[in-house]
Amino acid sequence: MAYSDSERDGFRLSQLIYDSRYRAITIQAVTLALVVAGIFWLIMNARNNLAALGLTPSLDFLSNPAGYDIAFYLIPYDSQMSHGRAAFVGILNTLLVASLGCVTATIVGVLVGVLRLSNNWVVSRLMAVYVEGFRNVPLVLWILLFFAVLSESTPAPRAFKPDENGVSQASMYLSDSFAFTNRGVYTPAPVWSDGSGWLVAVFILSIIGAIYYRRYARKLLFDTGRLLPMAWPALLILVVPALLAYFVLGRPVTLDYPTLGGFNFKGGLNIPNSLLALWLALTVYTGAFIAEIVRAGVLSVSNGQTEAAFALGLRPNRTMSLVVLPQAMRVIIPPLISQFLNLTKNSSLAIAVSYPDVRATLGGITLNQTGRALECMLLLGLFYLILSLAISLVMNIVNNRMKLRER
Amino acid sequence: MKKTVFFGALTVAGLAAGVASASTLDDVKARGKLNCGVTTGLAGFAAPDANGNWDGFDVAVCRAVAAAIFGDGNAVEFTPTTGETRFTALASGEIDMLARNTTWTFSRDTDLKFDFVGVNYYDGQGFIVPKALGVSSAKELDGATVCIQTGTTTELNLADFFRSNNISYEPVPIQTNAEGQQQYLAGACDAYTTDASGLAATRATFEAPADHVLLPEIISKEPLGPLVRHGDNDWGDLVMWTMNALIAAEEYGVTSANVKELAAAPTNNPEVNRLLGTEGELGAMIGLSKDWAVNAIAVSGNYGEIFEKNIGESTPIGLARGLNAQWTNGGLLYSPPFR
Amino acid sequence: MQGDNISYVRTKMLPEATPPVSQQGIVKWVRENLFSSWLNAILTVASIAAVYYVLSGFLPWAISPTWSGTSLANCRDILSEAGRVDDHGTHGACWGVIRDRWEQLMFGFYPNDSYWRPTTALVLFLISILPVLFTSLPRKLLIGTAVAPLILFWLIWGGSLWTPITVGVGFVLGAAAFKIGSDRSGLIVAVLASLLVTILFWLFLSGPIATVLGKVIPIYLEPVRSKDIGGFMLAVIIGLAGIVLSLPLGILLALGRSSDMWIVNKLSTGFIEVIRGVPLIVWLFTASLLLNYFLPPGTTFDLMLRVIIMVTLFSAAYIAEVVRGGLAALAKGQYEAADSLGLDYWKSMRLVVLPQALKISIPGIVNTFIGLFKDTTLVMFIGLFDPLGLISAIRATTDWNGVYWELYVFIAIVFFIFCYSMGRYSLYLERKLRREHR
Repeated sequence: MAYSDSERDGFRLSQLIYDSRYRAITIQAVTLALVVAGIFWLIMNARNNLAALGLTPSLDFLSNPAGYDIAFYLIPYDSQMSHGRAAFVGILNTLLVASLGCVTATIVGVLVGVLRLSNNWVVSRLMAVYVEGFRNVPLVLWILLFFAVLSESTPAPRAFKPDENGVSQASMYLSDSFAFTNRGVYTPAPVWSDGSGWLVAVFILSIIGAIYYRRYARKLLFDTGRLLPMAWPALLILVVPALLAYFVLGRPVTLDYPTLGGFNFKGGLNIPNSLLALWLALTVYTGAFIAEIVRAGVLSVSNGQTEAAFALGLRPNRTMSLVVLPQAMRVIIPPLISQFLNLTKNSSLAIAVSYPDVRATLGGITLNQTGRALECMLLLGLFYLILSLAISLVMNIVNNRMKLRER
Repeated sequence: MKKTVFFGALTVAGLAAGVASASTLDDVKARGKLNCGVTTGLAGFAAPDANGNWDGFDVAVCRAVAAAIFGDGNAVEFTPTTGETRFTALASGEIDMLARNTTWTFSRDTDLKFDFVGVNYYDGQGFIVPKALGVSSAKELDGATVCIQTGTTTELNLADFFRSNNISYEPVPIQTNAEGQQQYLAGACDAYTTDASGLAATRATFEAPADHVLLPEIISKEPLGPLVRHGDNDWGDLVMWTMNALIAAEEYGVTSANVKELAAAPTNNPEVNRLLGTEGELGAMIGLSKDWAVNAIAVSGNYGEIFEKNIGESTPIGLARGLNAQWTNGGLLYSPPFR
Repeated sequence: MQGDNISYVRTKMLPEATPPVSQQGIVKWVRENLFSSWLNAILTVASIAAVYYVLSGFLPWAISPTWSGTSLANCRDILSEAGRVDDHGTHGACWGVIRDRWEQLMFGFYPNDSYWRPTTALVLFLISILPVLFTSLPRKLLIGTAVAPLILFWLIWGGSLWTPITVGVGFVLGAAAFKIGSDRSGLIVAVLASLLVTILFWLFLSGPIATVLGKVIPIYLEPVRSKDIGGFMLAVIIGLAGIVLSLPLGILLALGRSSDMWIVNKLSTGFIEVIRGVPLIVWLFTASLLLNYFLPPGTTFDLMLRVIIMVTLFSAAYIAEVVRGGLAALAKGQYEAADSLGLDYWKSMRLVVLPQALKISIPGIVNTFIGLFKDTTLVMFIGLFDPLGLISAIRATTDWNGVYWELYVFIAIVFFIFCYSMGRYSLYLERKLRREHR
C-alpha cells in the first residue's frame, strides 16, 4: 500500500472491494440495494396477502359515519360524523393530555428534584421514596391505580343532592363552582358572547405591553443602573386595561356554572376522570424521572459556583435562580427532551382507562368496527412519528439556544 | 418437527415458509391440533384455570370440533384474543376458527370476509343499574353516565339507542370487564351496559346482588357464534354441522352419558342413527369418520349440558335458557335435519 | 491593661458546660433537619400528614386475615367472621387469590412439574452474564456466555437438546468460514461466505443431523408451547431476549449513525428515529395485527416470537442511542491512536473503540432493560398473558371474579423489587466507572 498514484491510469473492478477509496461507495450501494429490496419484498408480500384475502387498502372508510360516541371531545362531535372526524377528535385529545402532562411533569419534577436535595430529612426521604416508587413500577399500573382511586375516593353526583332533611352528603367548593365527583371534575366554563373578541385583543396587547415594560426596565438597569420596580407595574399593565375593557364592553364573558340536574351535573366544564387519571399518572411518573434529571443537573454545577455567588452576597434563592439553574439547564435540557417524548408516546397508554385519544378512536374503535387494520395502524404510526419529530425539532432549537457559548 | 418450529421460524423466517394449502381441514389434520381463538377471559364463556386448562361455553364448541376431527377433545390449542386482535388472527390463519362471543353482523360477514357458521348463544345488550337509582326503564336514563366495554358492537348499539329515543347520555368507555365492575360499583357510572349474559355474570359477583337490577330493555340483537374464514366452505360446513350436532343431540335426547350406548347399535330413531353414524355415511360427506358426532357429543355433552355446566341456572352466572331453548320449548335453537 | 483589673482575667479554665438542650442530641437534629425555617416546618408537617394519610388508608385494608381464602365469597365470610364489616360490606383485602394463583402469576401456564426449568434458566443466565458485568473475571468465560442462550432456549422451550446444538454449530461454521474467508480474500467475501455457509447448514443439514442424533442419544425435555409461558416469566423472557438480541443490531446502528458514509448514516438515523418516534404499543399492535401481512402468504409463527422480534427492533433503536452516547464519550485520541496504528475500520472498532465504549454504556443498557421490562406489561393489550393480562384471566374464573386491588398490589410490588434492584446495580456501575475514569 505504498503509493497508489501510479495506478491511476486504469480502474479495475476489484478496486470496488479492495480500494478503500471506492469501498465506501460499494458498501453504501449494497446497503441501499438490500434495504430497497427488503422494503419491496415486504410491500409485495402485503399486496399478495391482501389480494388473497380479497381486501383492497383504501382510506375511503375515513369518510363513512363513525356510529360511536366519544366521551370527551374538544371540537363538536356526534356519532353521525365521520371516522376521520373521530380520528381528529382523538388526535386533539392526545395533544391535550400530552401538553398538559409535559407542563405539570416539569413542575413536579423540578420541585421534587430540588426538594430531594433539601436539608429537611423527612422531605428528602419522602421525595426519594416517591422517585424510586414511581420509577420502578410500570406506568400502566399507575394509570389504573389513579383511575380507581379517583372513582373510589370522590362522591357520586347523587351525593350532592339534598336528602329529605335538606342535607347533602357532599358539597361543591368555592361558592358552588367546583364539584369533584367520581365521574370527573366540574368547573365553571367561560361563555364567549359578542365583544369578547375585543377583550381578548386588549388582553393580548397588554401582555405585549408588560413584556416591553420589563425589557425597558432591564435595559435601563443595565445602562444607567437605575432600578425600576418590575413586578407591580407589569401586573398593572396586565390587569387594568383588561378589566376596564371588560366593563366597558358590558361584561362579554360570563361563566357557566355546573348545576346538578338529573343524573349528573349539567353545564360548566367537565373534565372526565379518565383524563385526570391519565394526566396525573403521566405527571407523577414522568415527574419522577425529571426529578432525577434535575437533581443530577443541580449536582453537576460545582460547589465553587454557589460559594462564589454567596461571596458576592447573593441570597440563596437568587443564587439558585441566577447562578445554579442557568448552568444546570445545559445538563438538564437534553434528557428532558427525551422525557417529553416519552410522555407523549406514553399517552397512548390511555388504552388502560379508555381515555379517547387517537389510539382509542382511530386505532381502537374505528379499527375494530371497520376491520381496516393496515390503514389504521399506518395512519396512527405516522401521526406519532410526526408528533415526535416535531417535539424533538422544537426542543433542539431550545437546546441550541441554551447551549453554553464557548469562547 | 413440532419442536423445531420455533427455531426454524427464528432462523429462516420467510425463506422456508410453508405455504398454507387450500383446505383448512387438511392443515388441521396435518397439524394434529385445532387452533381455536377465544377471549382472554370471560366468566362462563372462556377462562383458564390455575393449571391453564381452558373451560367455558365457547371453549366447549372448540373442544367439540376438535373431538369431531380427532376424536379427542384436548387436541385443541386455545389462542386468547382481544377485541382488536381477533379478526386479524382469524384472517391471517393464526387460528382456524374463532369462538369468542362475536356478534354476527352484516359487515363482518361480508366486508371482513368471514363466515359465521351459526349462533351458539342468542344475546342482547342490556343495562344494569343500582336499585337506589329508582330507574325502571332504560328510557329514563336521560343524561345518565353509562359505562361501556369497548371493542365490541356495544358502543354502536348504545349510540343508536339513545339517538333513536332522542335522549342524551355520557359514555364512559372501559377496556376490561374488571375496570367496568370497579367503576360501576364505585358509582362512577349510573348504568353499566354490555351483553345481558355478561351483566348476569357480573351481578353474580357483587357482594349484594339484590341491590342491582337488570333493566327490561334489550336494545340490540347479539347473535353470538363461531366464525371461520370466508372461502373454505368445507371447513365452514364442518364447524357448522358440529354445532348443529350438539343442538340436535339435545333435541333427540342424546347426552354425554348415553351417547356411547346409543351409538353401539342402531336405535328406533333414524335421525339419531344418522347423527351417530350407525346409519348412512354423513361423516364421510364432511371428510370425517363415521363417529364424528359421537365424539363431539361425548367430550362435553350436548348443547343443553354445555349450557347448564358453564352458564346455566345452577352456576354462579345463572342464565335462564330463554331464547336459547330448543325450538320445541319456545326457543330459537333449531338444527336442520341430519339426512 | 493594668494590674488593678487583673482580677477580671480568668486564670483557670471553666469546666466544659453541656450544650443547651436545643443544641444537642435528637432535639438538635430535629431542629436543624426538620424545623430550621418556617417553610421547612410546614414541609415537614405536610409530609408526615401525607404519609399518615396514605398508610392509614392502606394498612387497615392490607392487614387482613384472608391468606387462606379459597374464593372471593370465602374471603368475605372470613372477614365478616372477624367482624370487619361496615356499611359498604366487608372491609379488607382478599389475599387468598395470591396464595392460590401466585405460581400462575410467576410462570403463566407453564407445566407445574417443570418450574425448575425456567428457574434454572434464570440462574444460568445470571451466571453467564457475570463475565460481562465483572471485568475482573477471566475472558475465557465469555465462551460460556456465548453458548448460554442456546442452553437457555432449550431449558425453557424443551425438545431435543440436539436442535440448539446444531444451531450453535451453524454459528461456529459461519465463524470458521468468516475466518478462512477473511484470511484468503477480503472482508466482503468473508461475510458473504459465512452467511451462505450458516444458512445452508441450517436449511439442509441441521434438521436431519438433529433428528439422527436425537435418535442415537436422546436428551430430551418435554416441549412447552409459547402459549403456556406467561406471568413474570414472560415479562423477563421478552425483556431479556429483547435486550440481548438487540445488542448486535443496536451496535451496528450506532456505528452506522456515527459513520461518515452518507447513505448508511441516513438509513440508520431514519430507522432509529422511526422506531423511537412511535409508541411501543403501536409496534405491538403492528406485530399482532400486521406482521403476518408483510410475510409470505401462509407464514405463521407464534405471537410471542412476533412480539420478541418487534421488541428487539424497538430496543435496538434505544440501545443504538445508548451506544452512540458511549462512542461520543470516548476521547478522540482513542480513535486517532487506533488509526495511527494502521488498523482498518473494523479492527479499530473491535479492538480499541467498542470495548471501551460498551463498558461506558453498560449502565445505560441496564436502564434500557428496566424500561423495557416495565413496558412488557403492554403485551396484555394484544392478548398475551403477562402478569396484568393474567388478572383478567384469573378474574374470569368464578372463584375470583370481583377481585381487584390485591392482584395489582402484588404485581406492583414484584415489579418494584425487580426494577429497584436493577436500578441500584446500574447506579453502582456508574459510580464504579466514574472512579475508574479518574
